[in-house]
Amino acid sequence: MLTIFFRGVLVDAVLLSRIQFAVNIGFHYIYPPMSIGLGLMLVIMEGMYMKTKNPLYKQMTKFWVKVFALTFAIGVATGLVQLFAFGTNWARYSRYVGDVFGSALAAEGVFAFFLEAGFLGVMLFGWDRVKPAIHYFSTICVAAGAHFSALWIVVANSWMQTPAGHTIVGEGSQARAVVTDFWAMIFNPSSIDRVVHVVLGCWLTGIFLVISVSAYYILKKKFLEFAKTTMKIGLIASAIGLVLQLISADSSSQIVAKHQPPKLAAMEGVYTTEPSTPFSLIGWIDTETRTFKGIRVPGALSFLVHKDFTTPVTGLDQIPEDEWPRVNTVFQAFHLMVYMWFAMAFVTVLGIYYFWKKKLQHKRWLLWSMVISVVFPQIANQVGWIVAELGRQPWIVWGLLRTSQGTSLSVNANQIVGSLTMFVVIYLLLFFLFLFLLDRKIKNGPEEATVGPLYRDVLGIGKKTKKGVYEL
Amino acid sequence: MTEGLEFFWYLVVGLAMVAYTVLDGFDLGVGILHPFAKTDIERRTFLNAIGPVWDGNEVWFVIVGGALFAGFPEVYATSFSGFYNLCMCLIAGLIFRAAAIEFRSQKPSRAWRTTWDWVFALSSLAIAFLLGLALGNLVEGIPLDADHVLLTEHFSILRPYPILVGIMGVALFTMHGAIYLVMKTEGPLHEKVKKWTMWAIGGFLFWYALTTWATLTYMPHMVAKMREEPYLFLVGLFALLVLLNIIREMKRNHFGHAFLSSCISIAVFISLFGIGTYPVLIRSEIDPAANSLTIFNASSSSLTLKVLMIIVIIGVPVVLAYGYWIYRIFRGKVKLGSSSY
Repeated sequence: MLTIFFRGVLVDAVLLSRIQFAVNIGFHYIYPPMSIGLGLMLVIMEGMYMKTKNPLYKQMTKFWVKVFALTFAIGVATGLVQLFAFGTNWARYSRYVGDVFGSALAAEGVFAFFLEAGFLGVMLFGWDRVKPAIHYFSTICVAAGAHFSALWIVVANSWMQTPAGHTIVGEGSQARAVVTDFWAMIFNPSSIDRVVHVVLGCWLTGIFLVISVSAYYILKKKFLEFAKTTMKIGLIASAIGLVLQLISADSSSQIVAKHQPPKLAAMEGVYTTEPSTPFSLIGWIDTETRTFKGIRVPGALSFLVHKDFTTPVTGLDQIPEDEWPRVNTVFQAFHLMVYMWFAMAFVTVLGIYYFWKKKLQHKRWLLWSMVISVVFPQIANQVGWIVAELGRQPWIVWGLLRTSQGTSLSVNANQIVGSLTMFVVIYLLLFFLFLFLLDRKIKNGPEEATVGPLYRDVLGIGKKTKKGVYEL
Repeated sequence: MTEGLEFFWYLVVGLAMVAYTVLDGFDLGVGILHPFAKTDIERRTFLNAIGPVWDGNEVWFVIVGGALFAGFPEVYATSFSGFYNLCMCLIAGLIFRAAAIEFRSQKPSRAWRTTWDWVFALSSLAIAFLLGLALGNLVEGIPLDADHVLLTEHFSILRPYPILVGIMGVALFTMHGAIYLVMKTEGPLHEKVKKWTMWAIGGFLFWYALTTWATLTYMPHMVAKMREEPYLFLVGLFALLVLLNIIREMKRNHFGHAFLSSCISIAVFISLFGIGTYPVLIRSEIDPAANSLTIFNASSSSLTLKVLMIIVIIGVPVVLAYGYWIYRIFRGKVKLGSSSY
């Protein structure tokens, strides 16, 4: 058996399985938010086309459909991994939650995946085969399917955060969670808030991809008419999305405060329960000495949670130490997520102002910030899930099953090292291919792709058309 | 009532397996045959024959896995953790295959396309083999202890019988994909694929006969039920008749009928597997009677099974209706256009 120590901690099958799951889900989660967000943008763009019949909107839809197809393909390929991940590395967890997870996952498969994958074929390849209204209907179905998948999987995850509607049957290694009330399980205390929060995060991801590409075109003075229109759609959508996200964030944090106090305490680094609990703007927590260095606003956390400045917020001192999450990591991840919201808001507010003043084209620094802004929601999504999942530790199902009790007994550390290495290699490869192809699609732009002499020279096929380009 | 629910879900898993094997089966077969197409146009024709549908077909894989997780969580947990290395290879295959289909046409360069062509072919081959290998292991049985945990020390997934089933899987999908391509192609390519199909059918018949012999000889538990209920042998006979009908329909140039026969033969093979193993889902070699996972000791609660039944009754007819509609939109011979792969 292989033995590795990292910073004095034994790297065992449990830790390796956790790392592997984090790598899998973290990499996967780059793509579905883009598909969900772009799904919404496609519904808007093709809807504008249906309404105005302006070919610019059709061109726009066709261009973004291609980008969507790319994000979707990698989303599916990496998503398949998740189907395996519970069973391969978390067999005891799967046995424990199977009865609860089952119906949510079945609903996801039947109501979401088929809708998305089935109509994707029509959306991608059906332009000349079906009527425009049917095509638009297909686009709506694809977007709806993407949203439904988010819905069901987040419902299942929410049950792991705030379990409800179940009872525990059996004891020891035979213990299982069994559903007693289906609707209470589906609408567990955190479901709705978390679904909304996640979906809004996805919308922002798609919206900022559109803003980023539009800004790039404006900077390069290419496809200007196209880029300005998509920029306008993107900025308006972003403004709405950011306001909604702020409301959702407030509502979500109340749920965490109520149902998962240790998570909230870690998010803000609150060790002692005291009146007028402060909110940290920035800081670092020394988990050895349990001290905080940074800037704090007194009473602000009390206000955010209880809507008055004095009521104390539960600190970690109220919770047994073996139920604490990793405080500083959760703290930093949470604050990074908040900073990302401000970064997005900054770009959006200035963007709308200069767009309205018709000066956006000359503000190159702002346009460059917009190009970079594509990573803001991505970072927010990643660290947001780190808060959700790391903040739940040491539990895999809150209060019921510890993470260390969820692993597969028939899988050893060597096997996981092997598979983890494989995943890292595959993901690096996929990521660079994705960037390379996305870059090509963006540089080719929204105009109909023509196949130049290169193709014919290389492959010796294709016929010359009147326009002098080679068609396949 | 509960027994009925468990049996219902067993049927759902079985039908999902049939749907997956029938649908993704031809996709995988097209992938295995892909390198035999020589020019870029031919290869693009192959790719676009499955282009609009492969993604939807692969969803059935998720459905099979999800249906197990939902209705028989013990089986999902035991098989996926027990077959860890196999699952990881399968994942690698599925990722590379999806990437190959999506990326191949993105760049008009020969090196780029040839690389992805081989990735597509090899990953399809690997998936077909691994699926057969897994099924073969389920037939032969694996060492499960009383807690349904696999004892890994004395277990190798690469045993002769499962390998044989794996090769039969490859042969089956190759045949199925070839017949599908006959339907979707025209002109010289069509004639070429027709010749391959006869070879593929011959190859499959050989491996099928070999696997049947091995099953009868070395896996007596698979035929125990047939010995009790001799009329079940008719199912085996039916399988043979359907296979012979494929050849007959090919000779008569009724390719749609040949493909339909191929689909039915897949359904019959999976029924044979079901008849041989029922009600066992994972057979324990150590103590088959006590340690095996059956549809009764591995199932979810009856409330969950009821919810699942409602989801299936509402959702599946809708899925089948629009699935059929989508297949109709893309029916007929492959036409390469500006939005093709």
